[in-house]
Amino acid sequence: MSTESPLIGSFSASPAQQLDGARIGVVTFPGTLDDRDAARAVTLGGGTAVSLWHGDESLHGVDAVILPGGFSYGDYLRAGALARFAPVMNTLIKEAGAQQTSSSPLPVLGICNGFQMLTEAHLLPGSMINNDHLKFICKDQVLRVENTSTAWTAQFTADELIAVPMKNQEGQYVTSAQELEQIETEGRVVFRYVGDDPNGSRNRIAGVTNERGNVVGLMPHPEHAVEAGYGPDDATGMRNGTDGLTVFTSVVSSLAGGQQ
Amino acid sequence: MTQNPAAQPGNGEPELTDEPQFSIDTVDDAAATPQTELPWAELGLKENEYTSIGEILGRRPTAAELAMYSVMWAEHCSYKSSKVHLRQFGDKVTDRMKQDLMVGIGENAGVTDLGDGWAVTFKIESHNSPSFVEPYQGAATGIGGIVRDIISMGARPVAVMDPLRFGDIDHADTHRVLPGVVSGIGGYGNSLGLPNIGGEVVFDSAYQGNPLVNALAVGVMRHEDLRLANASGVGNRVVLFGARTGGDGIGGASILSSESFDESKPSKRPAVQVGDPFAEKVLIESCLELFHNELVEGIQDLGAAGISCATSELASNGEGGMHVELTNVLLRDPTLTPGEILMSESQERMMAVVTPENAAAFEAVMSRWNVEYSWLGEVTDTERLVIDWDGETIVDVDPRTVAHDGPVYERPYQRPSAQDALQADSFRASAGGENLPATAEDLGAAVVELMSSPNMADKSWITNQFDRFVGGNTALSQPDDAGVIRVDEESGLGVGLSTDGNSRYTYLDPYAGAQLALAESYRNVATSGAVPMAVSDCLNFGSPEDPDVMWQFSEAVRGLSDACQQLEVPVTGGNVSLYNQTAGQPIPPTPIVAVMGRFDDVSRRTPSGFQRWADGQAIYLLGTTADELDGSEYARLRHHLGGTPPQVDLAAEKTLGEILINASRDGMIDSAHDLSQGGLAAALAEMSLRFGVGSRTSIDQVCERDGVDPFTALFSESQTRAVVALPRSEELRFTDMTTARGFPALRLGVVDAESGGIEVSGPFEGSSFGIGIDELKESWSSVIPSRFGAPQDPA
Repeated sequence: MSTESPLIGSFSASPAQQLDGARIGVVTFPGTLDDRDAARAVTLGGGTAVSLWHGDESLHGVDAVILPGGFSYGDYLRAGALARFAPVMNTLIKEAGAQQTSSSPLPVLGICNGFQMLTEAHLLPGSMINNDHLKFICKDQVLRVENTSTAWTAQFTADELIAVPMKNQEGQYVTSAQELEQIETEGRVVFRYVGDDPNGSRNRIAGVTNERGNVVGLMPHPEHAVEAGYGPDDATGMRNGTDGLTVFTSVVSSLAGGQQ
Repeated sequence: MTQNPAAQPGNGEPELTDEPQFSIDTVDDAAATPQTELPWAELGLKENEYTSIGEILGRRPTAAELAMYSVMWAEHCSYKSSKVHLRQFGDKVTDRMKQDLMVGIGENAGVTDLGDGWAVTFKIESHNSPSFVEPYQGAATGIGGIVRDIISMGARPVAVMDPLRFGDIDHADTHRVLPGVVSGIGGYGNSLGLPNIGGEVVFDSAYQGNPLVNALAVGVMRHEDLRLANASGVGNRVVLFGARTGGDGIGGASILSSESFDESKPSKRPAVQVGDPFAEKVLIESCLELFHNELVEGIQDLGAAGISCATSELASNGEGGMHVELTNVLLRDPTLTPGEILMSESQERMMAVVTPENAAAFEAVMSRWNVEYSWLGEVTDTERLVIDWDGETIVDVDPRTVAHDGPVYERPYQRPSAQDALQADSFRASAGGENLPATAEDLGAAVVELMSSPNMADKSWITNQFDRFVGGNTALSQPDDAGVIRVDEESGLGVGLSTDGNSRYTYLDPYAGAQLALAESYRNVATSGAVPMAVSDCLNFGSPEDPDVMWQFSEAVRGLSDACQQLEVPVTGGNVSLYNQTAGQPIPPTPIVAVMGRFDDVSRRTPSGFQRWADGQAIYLLGTTADELDGSEYARLRHHLGGTPPQVDLAAEKTLGEILINASRDGMIDSAHDLSQGGLAAALAEMSLRFGVGSRTSIDQVCERDGVDPFTALFSESQTRAVVALPRSEELRFTDMTTARGFPALRLGVVDAESGGIEVSGPFEGSSFGIGIDELKESWSSVIPSRFGAPQDPA
């Protein structure tokens, strides 16, 4: 079942079936907030956004999946802890997890609450606790892209600095010293905070990937930096930042390349 | 107890395992026992009101009826003290003001036609007392309540704003209230996916015992999705959905539990409601799906007075009556009495009227979103609201007498005896008015002092706890003059909103102060480039039983309604909050005025700060400056409040608005900021602080043309002024426009992106002063974090 909830400003059922090319699923859980934003970002990135529903096991043949931000199930118990048991997640774990032996496992991006779901589902290492200052924080955040080998980051240049909004309450990334060392050694830190550490994350980690590089989690929000006028500030003007768009063009072109 | 088999809950069985232990006071009992005393006084009713209920019913009310009348006839539901004055908002609406109005005052929120088939609904409300008692939940449920008002019109909520008033920034209680209010607004609003696009924060010891937490929500819809709160169509079914009903928010209703035989029930129920934003989020999505599929005939949110309000308003706005079986209400606390169930203000609930044909489809939407619901009854043709408890009638009333025919009072009012002395006490003649800064050094220091005062200081410690990005349609947000939201992604059609209110002005002159609140809000919206269309107001005052307060109220309403007529922007709804006083000390009169304006294309919006790429752009001051320091922020620094507020000139305000809107639409200007608190000094400082871009200006001509001294030029709060920055290539076109409209414009200087400083020259000793933006930013931005803890530092 796909969600009937319309995009703001576009009361057509969904932006899907408009473009050819990569079909990218955006999952809506109860309490998901940034699903419309993620779908818009996919569309602007040249892909086709397909709405997926938490209660539906089927991924409807999509080529990649985004778990968007929000407060699934009110973040009750722990952020992502309940969403991790949704039917759609069972399929996602099978398609994207370590037991998937295909040469091209499903690319998955978890943003904010989606990242929290991916750690709860053990598709990604570590977990998220309350920010060290114990407050929700919304700000423009500079990140360094340190791993450009994933489908979601292929079009960035190595160590590129990007600005995207961050907004979270439970965004402090923690993991064991041993696992931390392993992640660092294997180059699995995908995004790192630059400047003041906004929430106390270990090694300023903002985003990581799994061993195979198909699953990426990221605390800040690239889908809020895809359209000039509505993103973070940048040198060219207020709210003009569109650095996040490269995440979505990356996956679309990676999938196109993969199919050729 | 029997359950109505037709009314099973949507998810799981009701958990009414304990048989309620109370006697039921039926309509028959009431007729048979006319002498039984009911606790009307404890429920807040006056003797004449209780008598009048008896006359309406022709018998004594039942306990449940008394509960309903007591909450619906309370000040905040019945507007009994304010109604006679509020009529002016309707009476002064001209046909021209009505042309874009789809729904006016009286519904859950007004609706304005935005064009292209779009409509916008917005409303501002207060949640003052709950936020003082329990800051987090009070502020959170304030957001929840106003958002449900917007949903019940058929709209998707798209943004919220919060005008806040706290006591002294260094008072211990402010440190209890502010962090709780801020995290409550964030905790609830962020979880709903609604960007917070603005508001205000004011510190003033006059609010020490009565902080104000107002909340605005705005929603958008297609014209055909408009829904109204009425129960029509005999045989249609009435359904309650969302959260279960509990004992929270009952307040005085616990008095009715004295009818209980059992003393073991939960005794200490909070008078403040507890919010669950997740429940609200799924309620929003499920309601929008109901609207999209055209499954409801009428809908009403449950806010103040809960089921009493929803049933009586739906029934009295419809054409017939309503019959409800109250035992079908899903409860969190099975010991609630019927009266308590009727009065409960449990959050995240809605009531709808659904045709029998649509019932199954309605249930499917509920189950898809895991929302609980129960069918309560049906619409009848009896013109009576009949409520049964387990088959026995406990309420049988004309719903209109509950919802609309409450008491109306003409409270006595009189101009306070001290008002003349207050107005005679001008700042110039006061001790603080002596030895005003006159040299370059003193003027520069005064600017820094002003910008480092709590009210002018950076508020991002607060606003950074709110999500301003979600939805991807926020084109402007705090600290810009207005919040701007795109409505239509293809055309860029959108809205700009601002909330304003200056209680210092209103205290000095309530009539002018209310007009100044509207003028500033109107000016802010126009400064951002939007065409002002409609107004919503939240009128925060002390006790209406105090003739001095009632005078402030009546003057403010008269002033605001006159000004709305002159600016041709109708009031579409709002809220009155009275009794904001502690220990006999009322708050200063605080009308907060929200103005909503329209953009053809929000990409044309004008930001307030000088842009980084705008080096060399010309800076102009629009409007003239008079010696108007009474009630100003500078006078506040010197602990003075007296005199008369700045002059109101609404015709000029309209012209200035047209200039700013045209300049935005034609792409002439790249930044614009209105002049209000702190005058020109604050405007220049804020425009530089926004992006760290400096300026070089001169006030020589201002002083010469307007006949004012340099201090006045910088700190006077004369109205109807704005500062704009524009490329030199646009200067001629721009000044041609201001000249053609006969509006004063002066070139002050240029944007200087390289200097990193704010340099002002003028006819004063030393001839110019400069303020480094970095140093100013340091003191400006540390005021609030230094008191409440920097978000970057571990607590």
